[in-house]
Amino acid sequence: MAKRSAPEVNAGSMADIAFLLLIFFLVTTTIETDTGINSKLPPIEEQPEDPPPRKEKNIFIVLINQNEELLVEDERMELKDLRQAAIDFLDNGGGDCNYCQGAKDPASSDNPLKAVISLQNDRETEYGAYIAVQNELVAAFNYLRNREANRLFGKSFIQMEKDFNDSQYRGNKEKLEEQIKQIREMFPLNLSEAEPKERE
Amino acid sequence: MSKFKKKKSGDLPAISTASLPDIVFMLLFFFMVATVMRQNTLMVENRLPFADQTEKLEKKDLVMYIYAGKPSERYQKQFGKEARIQLNDKFADVNDIQQFIIEERESKREELQGLLTTSLKIDAETGMGLVSDIKYELRKAEAYRVNYTTKNGEAIKNMQ
Repeated sequence: MAKRSAPEVNAGSMADIAFLLLIFFLVTTTIETDTGINSKLPPIEEQPEDPPPRKEKNIFIVLINQNEELLVEDERMELKDLRQAAIDFLDNGGGDCNYCQGAKDPASSDNPLKAVISLQNDRETEYGAYIAVQNELVAAFNYLRNREANRLFGKSFIQMEKDFNDSQYRGNKEKLEEQIKQIREMFPLNLSEAEPKERE
Repeated sequence: MSKFKKKKSGDLPAISTASLPDIVFMLLFFFMVATVMRQNTLMVENRLPFADQTEKLEKKDLVMYIYAGKPSERYQKQFGKEARIQLNDKFADVNDIQQFIIEERESKREELQGLLTTSLKIDAETGMGLVSDIKYELRKAEAYRVNYTTKNGEAIKNMQ
């Protein structure tokens, strides 16, 4: 009798318990990370100084009304044409700009540093439409920045930023930061947003 | 000896399921590690707009969330159908945003306070009036870094 071993604990239900937990975590899991359009808000100026004078031709006005219709430089436009229109405007290079490849139209912007895109909307405009327009404008900037980055450094701007945020990146980060800054300065994100207007 | 006889009588031994718990536990641990619990229960409708020029929102602990949209169906009796702001777990007014930002900022370590980003999770059908009110409050609170959180997709889908 001394050699009788202790009875084995039945582990058959262990799987059930583990499954229960597994299903709980499966249901509550959200693996995907949030993505979105990054933006920086301007600080509030207490006493608005006289804004530096800007020539009319250096301002590109995009207006979205409450029916989600686009008015670009006083003309109706479809959303799909906005990206190209913004690229043409920014890349025009009517003044001194040695890296622009645009039409050099004297009636459009002088150079990307002076060019400003002004985004206006009504209080009733839907947020979705605003994001769609914002998306197209960011796309225009990304396109131009990618082009210049490819030309100067043989790498797209998106890739450069990705490398910069990647902790595994082996290259020279300081140099990369310098290059990113250079591209950013070539095409600064001059997006001005007016306070939405109440329509009478 | 009858014990031994019984064992031999079976024609096929059953497949051992003893390692099944191990497999399941392995899966369990994977999901436990990969899980991010939903921080807030949504009280507003939240169909995010689409965009494709997006950047990832990394470092989740440095993100403040502001939700806005129409109250969901079960709250509509009480709060109406007008788009509203949700901070943490309750409806809030535009004026509460500054206080919310200050509280969030103070709960973080000092060296990280400058890196905080505000994620705006706003329903696509919300009017821009409310959105710019939120943005104005954020500017007052000096929270300049924002992220318009979107779903991945063609921007043209927002216009339909």
